[in-house]
Amino acid sequence: MSLESVLIVAAVLFAIGLYGSLARRNALVVLMSIELMFNAVNLTLVGLARYVAPAAFQDDLSSLLTGQIFAVFIITVAAAEIALGLGIVFAMYRNSESVDLADAVELRN
Amino acid sequence: MLFQDIVFWLLAVIAIGSALGVVLIRDLFRAALLLVLVFVSIAGFFVLLSAEFLAVVQVLIYAGAISILLIFGIMLTRNVQQGNLANRLQLPAVVFSVMLLAVMVTVALQTDWSTLTEGQEQVANVVQTSAVKTLSAENGVPSLDLPDITAAQHDSLKSAGLADLLVSDFVLPFEAVSLLLLAAVIGSLVLVRPR
Repeated sequence: MSLESVLIVAAVLFAIGLYGSLARRNALVVLMSIELMFNAVNLTLVGLARYVAPAAFQDDLSSLLTGQIFAVFIITVAAAEIALGLGIVFAMYRNSESVDLADAVELRN
Repeated sequence: MLFQDIVFWLLAVIAIGSALGVVLIRDLFRAALLLVLVFVSIAGFFVLLSAEFLAVVQVLIYAGAISILLIFGIMLTRNVQQGNLANRLQLPAVVFSVMLLAVMVTVALQTDWSTLTEGQEQVANVVQTSAVKTLSAENGVPSLDLPDITAAQHDSLKSAGLADLLVSDFVLPFEAVSLLLLAAVIGSLVLVRPR
């Protein structure tokens, strides 16, 4: 277990999430893939906070927590995102009886 | 160290395997359950990386709240039988993801990270597991048993907690995020309101 292995695991998770959000047609699967990418980024931040010496280490030990603080904010933003995303999915389902992104063509032309 | 390595790679296999399942499995409900497994294994990573508070938050927010919301969404839209189809962008998406993965892995391996030394890691472990508050002199315990730590560092220990940082250094992002949450609540109410 080293910094590199943490970063590589997080990168693999991010790539899987990116593939899912680009190549899937169901809006809910796209939302799940975006959550995967959020989690990969959180893992990266926590791993960096654990292993990399911050620049202000000699003066201020609270700089060791910067990565974890960032992860807290990302978790909050992810919660807001999923609430809004599900609202949009439900509105889409009510309009067109479908959560297939290939059917979401109201704005075309 | 060896035990930690075994747990780490076990968690890595679980996380990556179930993440693949989330995007590839046809049944949406099973995909959501696999997503819960990814969230729980990420919480395990957080414990290994001495971020206990974040591990608890991960289980509460992600494995608890967000996955339940997603399962509600799957149940309410009743699209389970049609399942998890791919669109026409499948091949470009695979190529793009693999290329981005290659770039990220190269950067992770090639960068010369300035990692913490052995003694610094001990200090980091105490600070990051939020043990400072329970061990510090204010609570009657004489002082922290930390090797070679300067006076400035010892002073900064007083406000070295996640909650302290949220109301001191990071108070502006904290307020912005609270505003964002308010906007998200109002926005989702407007979106799902019946006309």
